[in-house]
Amino acid sequence: MSERMLVNGNEAVALAALDCHVDLGCGYPGTPSSEILDEFARLGGSAEWAPNEKCAMEVAIGTALANGRSLVTMKHVGLNVAADPFFTIAYSGTPGGLVVISADDPGMASSQNEQDNRRYAVSAGVPMFEPSDSQECYDFLIEAFKLADQFRSPVLFRMTTRVCHSKCILNRTGAGLPARKAEFIRDPRSNVMVPAFAKIAHRRLRSDLKTMAELSEKSSWHKVINKSSDLGIITSGISYQHVREAAPEASILKLGFTWPLPEKTIREFAGSVKRCIVIDEGDNFLADNINAMGISVEGKDQEFRFGELNVTRVRKLLAGDNTPETPGAPGKPPQLCVGCPHRKTFEALRDLDCIVSGDIGCYTLGVMPPFNAIHSCVCMGASITVGLGMRKMLPESEARKVVSVIGDSTFLHTGINGIVEMVYNRPETGHVVVILDNSITAMTGLQENPATGRKLDHTPAPAVSLEKIVEGIGVDNVDIIDTTVEHERFKTLLQERLSSNDTSVIIARRPCILGAVKAKSYEVKK
Amino acid sequence: MSKVHNIVIAGLGGQGVLKVTDILAEALFKAGFDVKKSEVHGMSQRGGSVSSEVRYGEEVASPMVPAGEADVLAVLDATQLEVARGVLKAGGAAIVPEDLPLDKLQNPKALNTMMLGAVSNYIDLPVESFIEALKANLPEKLHEMNIEMFYLGRNSR
Repeated sequence: MSERMLVNGNEAVALAALDCHVDLGCGYPGTPSSEILDEFARLGGSAEWAPNEKCAMEVAIGTALANGRSLVTMKHVGLNVAADPFFTIAYSGTPGGLVVISADDPGMASSQNEQDNRRYAVSAGVPMFEPSDSQECYDFLIEAFKLADQFRSPVLFRMTTRVCHSKCILNRTGAGLPARKAEFIRDPRSNVMVPAFAKIAHRRLRSDLKTMAELSEKSSWHKVINKSSDLGIITSGISYQHVREAAPEASILKLGFTWPLPEKTIREFAGSVKRCIVIDEGDNFLADNINAMGISVEGKDQEFRFGELNVTRVRKLLAGDNTPETPGAPGKPPQLCVGCPHRKTFEALRDLDCIVSGDIGCYTLGVMPPFNAIHSCVCMGASITVGLGMRKMLPESEARKVVSVIGDSTFLHTGINGIVEMVYNRPETGHVVVILDNSITAMTGLQENPATGRKLDHTPAPAVSLEKIVEGIGVDNVDIIDTTVEHERFKTLLQERLSSNDTSVIIARRPCILGAVKAKSYEVKK
Repeated sequence: MSKVHNIVIAGLGGQGVLKVTDILAEALFKAGFDVKKSEVHGMSQRGGSVSSEVRYGEEVASPMVPAGEADVLAVLDATQLEVARGVLKAGGAAIVPEDLPLDKLQNPKALNTMMLGAVSNYIDLPVESFIEALKANLPEKLHEMNIEMFYLGRNSR
């Protein structure tokens, strides 16, 4: 049933998941990973958005413990949230296959940092594949599930923005895996990670990694292109595509499975060329690990640690030219849409001279003129707790100006804990949280969330109530207001709450203008 | 590697840059070329600069057009010409909206297909390939208008 198609990496992953009979795909939206689950669901797979990546990872673990095959998707920073279950499931493993997709964003096209998640594979002791195009997204995902089946091990599948979002030709071979049968075997020694059992599991994990490295040496996961004996390049992921264009004369060792590394293959290749250089986007991940094996290879200058690589930069890197690039003319930065409900909220926060602890979403754009109304932003959910810390440190007159703003999806992601902290360890001046409820996960492409009343595939679902959550936790005042329609009342209300010593949540509720159009189209479909 | 052709289309979020490069890439794919298309999603819906790149030939490696190697740079908003100019090769073609018969544009949303018409003059493919891809990527009720806009763009040069 071979089929040729033009697809991006995310679509290729969804196709492979379907061909592998993946029982459940779960994740939290995050650029550049978001389209994988949407596409998997569109193709007929079972997929769901979890409130956050940790929940998604744990649901996927449960499915795989019940002998199912599960896929969990997230952007790079999502794995920070899901790191807790990730590190321990590496010890116990699961009988059904669990593949964890980390979509990294070198260059920060739409992220707050450019962390290199290959470090997680090393740190947790989890095997890792790194595809370089849509074909490898498809082929390697199948290989990843095979490996997971063979070793009971979770597998990290590390993609990057250009792999996720570049379209190229895929030959969908249909070489998938048969469906698994649901079954739970009570096996506490394998599945209950108390110290006595975890000690055994850790030894098994390290021993399995050795076996996987040996398997990798003989596998089809790597590519060796023998050309020049003067120049050899070791590379992986999207960098490989830049390398073969920038240095068509060079010999290349292209690694597809990058943890644990195939030491013999690397040693042999490095020994076959006069100059061996590693071209690695992000951290000097390969170069550091290869040099640590006692194999001498050149890494890259710090200058190339910043941003994405491309053909031009690879040429410079090979020429030893480490001069910083001259930036081109700046593009037009994104901004809050005309008609965006957040605009009026930020106008009020600006006019009242608030100190605003912000969060992750479209509304982070409130930092831009004419609002200039976001003054800190760290990670998902941090607005509430960071605001509380500010209130505790600042003198009263300043503390009273502090407001935390957080979106509906972000609030459900990791904001709820912040409300618990606010009620439990309340600052002397109280605190004010504004939930910017536009009733959609807008930033990443209008995905559903637990409060929208619709599932991932836009069919009806029970809607989680934001007001009931905050009331239940014990916040003193809960108000709901449309800040566009009742702008002056919002300002008065905000001033009142700021001058009291109460803990207050104001839910600024008005649908995203883009989301509202989508929501209407789902109703018609019903 | 034989010659790789590079087309870059730039504009602002909401102008249909990604849609029109999807149509272009599909036309080339169906015609038997190796094709890669690259772009950055995420913030583009928020009205910021968007650029999408299509590369085709016998074999394409990197999905990103190297600086100074684009054969054609088409911008849907004149302000984006300077932003994207670094990608254009010496002697490459730059197309701005003012080059198109804008007085005949029925809907600003169809500027992308009018621009595709202009770009199509630089690509050695029969016109039917573009029309087929256009139809495959747009809802049927929009076919007639967009095909008309495509031809207006194509005949403008």
